[in-house]
Amino acid sequence: MDNLLVAENICKKFGNFTALNNVSINIPRESIFGLLGPNGAGKTTFIRIINQITMPDSGVVHLDGKPLQPNDVAHIGYLPEERGLYKSMKVGEQALYLARLKGLTKAEAKEQLDYWFTKLDIKHWWDKKIQELSKGMAQKVQFVITVLHRPKLLIFDEPFSGFDPVNADLIKNEILQLRNEGATILFSTHRMESVEELCDYMALIHESNKLLDGKVDDIKRQYKTNTFEVGMNPFNENELLSELNGNFKIGKAQFKSLSDDLKLSIQIKPNESPNDLLQYLITKSRVNHFVEVVPSVNDIFIKTVTTNE
Amino acid sequence: MNNLRLIIHREYLARVRNKTFIVMTFLSPLILVGMFSLVAYLSMLNNSETHTIAVKDDSGLFQGQFENKDEIDFVDVSAVSLEDAKLLVKEKEYYGVLYIPDTQDNVELAKSIRFFGKEAPSIGILRHIERTVSENLTTRELISRGMDISQIKAAEAKVDIRIENFEGKRTSKMSNYVKMIFGGAAGYLLMMFIIIYGNMVMRSVIEEKTNRIIEIIISSVKPIQLMLGKIIGTSLAGITQFSIWVILGTVLLFITSSLTGMNLMEGQPQMQDIEQVSNGEMQQLIIDITNLPILTLIVSFLVYFIGGYFLYSAIYAAIGAAVDSETDTQQFMFPIILPLMLGIYVGFFSVIENPHGTVSTIFSMIPLTSPIVMLMRIPFGVPWYELAISVIILFVSNAGIVWLAAKIYRVGILMYGKKPTYKELYKWIKY
Repeated sequence: MDNLLVAENICKKFGNFTALNNVSINIPRESIFGLLGPNGAGKTTFIRIINQITMPDSGVVHLDGKPLQPNDVAHIGYLPEERGLYKSMKVGEQALYLARLKGLTKAEAKEQLDYWFTKLDIKHWWDKKIQELSKGMAQKVQFVITVLHRPKLLIFDEPFSGFDPVNADLIKNEILQLRNEGATILFSTHRMESVEELCDYMALIHESNKLLDGKVDDIKRQYKTNTFEVGMNPFNENELLSELNGNFKIGKAQFKSLSDDLKLSIQIKPNESPNDLLQYLITKSRVNHFVEVVPSVNDIFIKTVTTNE
Repeated sequence: MNNLRLIIHREYLARVRNKTFIVMTFLSPLILVGMFSLVAYLSMLNNSETHTIAVKDDSGLFQGQFENKDEIDFVDVSAVSLEDAKLLVKEKEYYGVLYIPDTQDNVELAKSIRFFGKEAPSIGILRHIERTVSENLTTRELISRGMDISQIKAAEAKVDIRIENFEGKRTSKMSNYVKMIFGGAAGYLLMMFIIIYGNMVMRSVIEEKTNRIIEIIISSVKPIQLMLGKIIGTSLAGITQFSIWVILGTVLLFITSSLTGMNLMEGQPQMQDIEQVSNGEMQQLIIDITNLPILTLIVSFLVYFIGGYFLYSAIYAAIGAAVDSETDTQQFMFPIILPLMLGIYVGFFSVIENPHGTVSTIFSMIPLTSPIVMLMRIPFGVPWYELAISVIILFVSNAGIVWLAAKIYRVGILMYGKKPTYKELYKWIKY
C-alpha cells in the first residue's frame, strides 16, 4: 500500500504522564483518515508531532518515504482545534503573512488567495479586520489559510467544532474535493458520525494507545454480529417466538415503523445464510422490514474501549 | 531566516500602527516639555517669594548683623516681648521669629537660639541664619581670647584647587555633577525602555495565546523564531519611538526656551549649589560635557540596550507564554522589577558615591543590573577591560536566558487554563 505518512512506534511523555504509547499509524495517499478517540486520548499530541510542534521521545515519522524534515511544514496544512487569528489585522494582510510563513512567495500567495476568496465569495472581506467579522466568517478565512499553499497532507483537528451547519457542509464538500484533487487528509475528532460520512480509513486511540486501525469498511465487517433487524406482522406470535427462541439469539429491536406488530433483532450463526432465515419468516408472518445491522463507528468505539478496560 | 524577517516585519508594523503607540509617541514629548516648563515656572515663582523673619535679639549682640538677602528680609522686633513678636508674625504672615535669649555666654548662646514658625524653615534659610550666628560668635570668641581679627582676616588663605586629570585636561568641580547626570539619565532611560518594551513583548505573546493563532503560526515556524522575531520587531518599534522622541523633544525644548526667554541651564539641578556661574565656569561646563567619553557612552548605550533589552524581554516573553491573561502576570513581575530597581538604586547611591568601588564594580558585572549600573559608571571613566568583561558576561548570559526562555515559551504557548507555578516552569524547561 502506498502511504503518504508513516508513523512508527511514537512515544511521548510529559513528565509522568504518557501521552502516546508506542503508536504506529500509516496514512494511505489520497485518502481521508479519521483519527478517533475521546478527549485527552493523545490525538492532538500525535498531530502536533506530525507538525513538528512537539518532538517525540522515540519513534520516527516518514512523510513521502523520508523522515520528517523541518521544511516539510510547507507540505502540511494544519487547522488546529484551538484556532484563531490576529484580531486587529486585516484579513488579506493576515492571510498573505501566514501563507508566506509557509514558504509561498508574495505573488504565489496573492494568486492562491484570489482563487480561494473568489471561490468562497469572500473577496470583499480583504480589507476588513478579523474583529469585524462574525465567528463563522473568521472560520472560512481560517480554512482558506490552511489549504492555501496546496499541501500534500491536510490535518484538521475537530474541523467542525464551532461551525454552523451551513459552513460545516461547505467545508465538508471542500475537504472531499481536495481529496479528489490528490490531497491526503488526516482528520481528528471525537464525533463519530463525521467519520462514518467522510473517512476511508480510521484509527482509534484511547488512553495513549492505538486500539485498532484500518479501512472503515473492513473494521465494520470485522465487528459485524450477523444480526438482522426484522419488522413483521406474525400470523401466530407465540408460536413464532418460541420457534425462533429455540434456533436463534433474539432480542427486541428499536426502529421506526408504521405497521409492525413485532420488532426483533435476530442473530444468525456466521455459517448460516440470511436467506434461510427470511424464507422461514415469510412462512410465519408478513415481513415488512429486514435489514442487516451494520455496527456504527460509535458502537465499535464503545465496544473496543470497554473490552480493553 | 526568511521567516524571521517576515515575523520581524509583522511585529514592527503591528506595534507601530497601534493607535496607543502613535498617540504616546507624539503626546509624550509634549507632556514632558509641559511638565518641565511647569516645574521650571513653579521653582521660579518659589524663588522670587520673599520671606520676612522677625528677629527678637535680647542679647543685643546681633544688631544689624543679619543682612537682607535676595529672598530673606530681617525685621528687628527686639523692642516687644517674645509673645507679642509671635502674635505680630502671625498677624503679618511673616515667615517666623528668630529668638536670641539674653545671655552673653557664647556656649550658652550657641545652644539656646530658637526659631518659631508655622512650619519648619527651609534648609537654605536655616543655613544662612546659622552661618551668620556662627561667624559672629566665632569672631567674638576670638576677640575675647585677645586675638586681632584684622590679622586673622588677612591671614585667611583662599584656596581654589585646580583639578586636572593625568592627560592634563582641566576639569571643574562641576564635572562630577555632569557625569552623574549623563550617566544617571542613560541608566534611567534604559530601565524605562526595558520595562515599557518588555511589557509590549509580553502583551503581544499573551495576545497570540488568547487569540489562539499561536498554534497556526508554530506549525509554520519554530517557536524560538517567533519569539526572537517578536523581540527584535518590538525593539525596532522602540528605537523608532525613541528617535521620534529625541527629535521632537529637542525641537520642543528649543521652542519653549525661546518663547519663555528662560535660560535652560538655570533650571538644571547641578547649578543650584554653585552660587555664581561666571562666564568662565559656563565655558568650563561645556568643556566638561565635551570631555565626557560621549562616543563610549553612546556606543555602550546601544550595546547595553541591546544586551539588557534582549535579556529582559526574553523573560517577559516567557512569562507571557506561561499565563493566560495579563492579570495572571503579577506573580512573575516581581523578579523582573527587582533587579532593575536594584540597578537604579545601586547606580544612584553607590556609583555616585564611589564610581569604582567594590559594590559598583560588582553590580556592573552582574548581567541583570550591569546595563544600568555600567552606563552610570561610564562617564566617570571605566577601564576598557572591565567594559569588555561586563559586556561578555552580559551576552553569554543572554544566550543562556534566551535559551531557557525559549524552552518555557515553547511549552507555555500551548498550555491553557491553569496558572503555572514556578515549579511547573522548571518542569517545562526539562521537557
